[in-house]
Amino acid sequence: MSDTLTTAPAPTPDTSKTIAAVPKGRTGAARILLGRDAIMIYVLIAFVVYASIAIPRFASPVTVGFLLLDVIPVLLIALPMTLVIITGEIDLSVASIAGLTSALMGVLWAAGWDIGVVLLVSLLAGVVAGAFNGFLVAVVGLPSLAVTIGTLALFRGLALVVIGDNAVANFPPELTSFVTSKIGGTGIPTVMIGVVILAVFFGVLLHMTPFGRGLYALGFSREAATFVGITVNRAKFWLYVGTGSVSALAGIYWTLRYSSARSDNASGLELTVIAAVLLGGVSIFGGKGSIPGVIAGVLLIGTINYALRLGRISDVVLIIVTGSLLIASVVAPSVFDALKRWQHDRRVRRSLPQAALGTQPTP
Amino acid sequence: MTQTPATQNPAGTTPAGATSTGSQPPSPRPTNTRNAGRSVGSFLKLRELPVTAALIVLVVVTYAANPLFLGPQGIKDLLLNATIIIILAVGQALVIITRNVDLSVGSMLGLVAFGTGTLFQVMPDIPIIAAFGVGMLFGAALGAVNGLLVTVAKVPALVITLGTLYIYRGLNNAWAGGTQYFADDRPAAFGSLSVDTVLGFPLITLIAILVVIAVALYMMGTRPGRDLYAIGSDPDAARLFGIPIGRRVFLVFLANGVLAGLAGVLYASRFNSVGANTGLGMELDVVAAAVVGGVAIFGGSGTVVGAAIGAVLLTTITSALTALRVDKFWQQAIVGVLILAAIIIDRLASIRTARKLRLSEARDV
Amino acid sequence: MKLIRNHTGKGKTARRVVSFAAIATSVALIATGCAGGGDTGGDGGGGGEAGAGGDMSITFIPKQLNNPYTDVVLGGGEEGAEEAGFAATEVVGPLEASASSQVSFINAETQAGTNVIVIAANDPDAVGPALEEARAAGAKIVAFDSDTNPKYRDVFISQVVAKDVALIQVQLIAEQIGGAGEIAILSATANATNQNEWIKFMEEELESNPEYADINLVAKVYGDDDDTKSFQEAQGLMQAYPNLKGIISPTTVGIAAAARYLSTSEYKGKVALTGLGLPNEMRPFVKDGTVTEFALWDPAQLGYVAAFAGKALADGDITGEEGDTFEAGELGEREVGENGIVIVGPPTQFNADNIDDYDF
Repeated sequence: MSDTLTTAPAPTPDTSKTIAAVPKGRTGAARILLGRDAIMIYVLIAFVVYASIAIPRFASPVTVGFLLLDVIPVLLIALPMTLVIITGEIDLSVASIAGLTSALMGVLWAAGWDIGVVLLVSLLAGVVAGAFNGFLVAVVGLPSLAVTIGTLALFRGLALVVIGDNAVANFPPELTSFVTSKIGGTGIPTVMIGVVILAVFFGVLLHMTPFGRGLYALGFSREAATFVGITVNRAKFWLYVGTGSVSALAGIYWTLRYSSARSDNASGLELTVIAAVLLGGVSIFGGKGSIPGVIAGVLLIGTINYALRLGRISDVVLIIVTGSLLIASVVAPSVFDALKRWQHDRRVRRSLPQAALGTQPTP
Repeated sequence: MTQTPATQNPAGTTPAGATSTGSQPPSPRPTNTRNAGRSVGSFLKLRELPVTAALIVLVVVTYAANPLFLGPQGIKDLLLNATIIIILAVGQALVIITRNVDLSVGSMLGLVAFGTGTLFQVMPDIPIIAAFGVGMLFGAALGAVNGLLVTVAKVPALVITLGTLYIYRGLNNAWAGGTQYFADDRPAAFGSLSVDTVLGFPLITLIAILVVIAVALYMMGTRPGRDLYAIGSDPDAARLFGIPIGRRVFLVFLANGVLAGLAGVLYASRFNSVGANTGLGMELDVVAAAVVGGVAIFGGSGTVVGAAIGAVLLTTITSALTALRVDKFWQQAIVGVLILAAIIIDRLASIRTARKLRLSEARDV
Repeated sequence: MKLIRNHTGKGKTARRVVSFAAIATSVALIATGCAGGGDTGGDGGGGGEAGAGGDMSITFIPKQLNNPYTDVVLGGGEEGAEEAGFAATEVVGPLEASASSQVSFINAETQAGTNVIVIAANDPDAVGPALEEARAAGAKIVAFDSDTNPKYRDVFISQVVAKDVALIQVQLIAEQIGGAGEIAILSATANATNQNEWIKFMEEELESNPEYADINLVAKVYGDDDDTKSFQEAQGLMQAYPNLKGIISPTTVGIAAAARYLSTSEYKGKVALTGLGLPNEMRPFVKDGTVTEFALWDPAQLGYVAAFAGKALADGDITGEEGDTFEAGELGEREVGENGIVIVGPPTQFNADNIDDYDF
């Protein structure tokens, strides 16, 4: 029996707009221009502009030269590290591989070997070290954090065993001056050409090849990656070989730039690299990140570093700034996501039929 | 034939040696052997066994080569050296078991150590217990910051503690500058804490052992302690089960901070100088000690006792190498090999457990 | 859960646009730098310009900041710089003493056009190329405390004659162990220039001098100027060489750590300890009998003379040649010796009688 009481006709809920189950992401141009990488690039540009105005003598080719020379090891290692972190793994042994390479270079050169052979052997050492890491992580299946903590100690220890407390300094002057030479009057170091080539290589590999896109899948889940066609173990193995070889390159660069091979070269570099990579928008969980963002992150930290030094501001400030930047860069997206989700939930609740009727749903 | 209830095993298997006749009691000897066998078996599968064995082998070999290693002064030195790392490793084990990590312990120790030095400078007559209290509170505050950021912002602990590692070190440098507090600047009673012995056993090592026992009992015996293992093994299942993950993880970081504070105060008592760079680089040693001691880096297994033994092993290696007159350069390489060995053993053990679980499930089906 | 999103054509173009924009911006920045370089290149390149008006600047780069010994030296240096007439004094340095950490500070000074750089090198060669660039920009280089390779600096201010430092320590240990027995050396880092020089002289003296014929140097260990490490090295020494009678530690961190260990162990009073130490740090150990006598110099004088040497170089009064002389303020005239080395003065010995007279 129908109710004889007449009620006002219920306002029909507005179903013309569909509410998605999750907040809608941005699309198209907005996504690129307001995405995480773009924001990093804006911050970098903003800081460079600010530093040029606020700190005397900052805007000059001398800055570009010194800054880039300082930043190159971090930049080099950050490139393959990005790929590794995107797949959800990590490699803490990169600085130790660089140190081991440096120690090897010193010992072999002091023993009188030809410099070309020395460079080749040192590079090979890095490849082998990376392969060792890759074997343990990809083939044996051990957790990468623990493995690379172990190889961090092992490789640094081997560097100590190889060269001890000695330092080798008399590398061929043609090589050392080449490494610090600049292109014409621009102030850009000549070795930047090689670095740019590597950056382009890794950028193309990550963003424009199926292999690279598959790495993102790997970061989300192994099964998804297998379905996309990635041989997971082989991919991870080669990624670690990549970090090993590039770390060796960084070690060679370090040795030649300072013309000094010591066992403690590049000590502590891994934390700087990881901080820069995380700052550049790569998620530690894997599955997110990009090369341009990482390059911007590395350059940002390097520029802040250099600007503070030029301004004779103590390193203490620098350390605190780096730490705070790092924390802010990971906390901020969490906060934003929480905000967006809260807004979305509010919208959903407001558009529910019960809300339109102004009545509570009957239990 | 009646089967006595005692011999009826719900899993479907009957203990060997138990007969199904109710008239004769099952002969005791085979059961005891079986039980003994099971205990030996489970003893051999103890996570702490490899690290304990390594420690014993190391000590025996070094003693054979140089008896002074275990002379009274030698033992005292070994125990004293290990004390601070033991306390730090216990805290780190707690954190790692919940599937997190805390890289800022070195910086926290440095801050508290320098704070203790400053405290004695400002209030020279403060009772020593109060100094401990202040130090541990300070550490608690530092740990709480970590805990808040990890639980509220839901950001991985690796990143957060990497950031706080930098920030706390920067604060230490900014606060201390070039100032260093030397042995002369603290009350003699405080400095002699790390020298005094109780029945020949160094006092501060006793404190460390008490800490280990207390935390181990907590982990094994209480509900919140066991929850930590659940959180580390499978956070989603733990959440579904109703464990208040946020609260537990926050408390774990807080506890780690308190322990780092305790270690910082002890450092100020034992060592010559505290300044801006105190504790630099300690974090990796502490994580290594925990990993070597059997705490799985992915959380969910391992014990604080194992971490403590790992800490003792790592500090003993340094002393053993010097006593053996081996080139000290090998020390770090050896530590690296040990860490890798520990992980591999842990992996083999978990593969074996997984296979056994699969087989037993298959049998039940 | 979305995997890889298929980019629409619009997205792809936008991405390309932004990438090009980023590259273009970088190129533009560099171009601005070059263009600006034409105007500011003078500042960045010519350090000598500032000198014309008498506005000289000096920067000290110690091995490491936050080190108590260094702080005393720098205090003297800043005082000397002010007296010598520098308009600006800066102290910069790394927080950790590693070989390459000083290079970026040197580069910053080059760019800032500092007139005089006073440096204590962590590694004699690693800082070389950077110092050469600084020189090319017109700066004068003074090394102090720890020398660089001589070709990279104009003068080296040495606290004492290196040989004297070595001889005094050997003499002290010989007195304290009664002329015969095993001794060991606990040093800082294995390639610190000053440490190695002193150790070399010590070894030579022990070999050649007949008075020390019964003294046997059995070990050299390195504590890396780290308190914990030096402490453990001292422990190790006693275990590895149970008959050790004496330890020489020519580094303030090492001697303090060793003293702390000995004074709390069964070896107190049985093993002699001497070396180079800070009076403030060593006072409790002299008072309780662990250490009888040790040596050092007044570190503040080191910085003081370095500042004046820098001024003399910048003014063109000296060039670092052997035989050059300059006025070092209150301390009088100083002469540049062989290899560009300037000696500050004789070492001081500290023992229970005079240790309370000093406050550093």
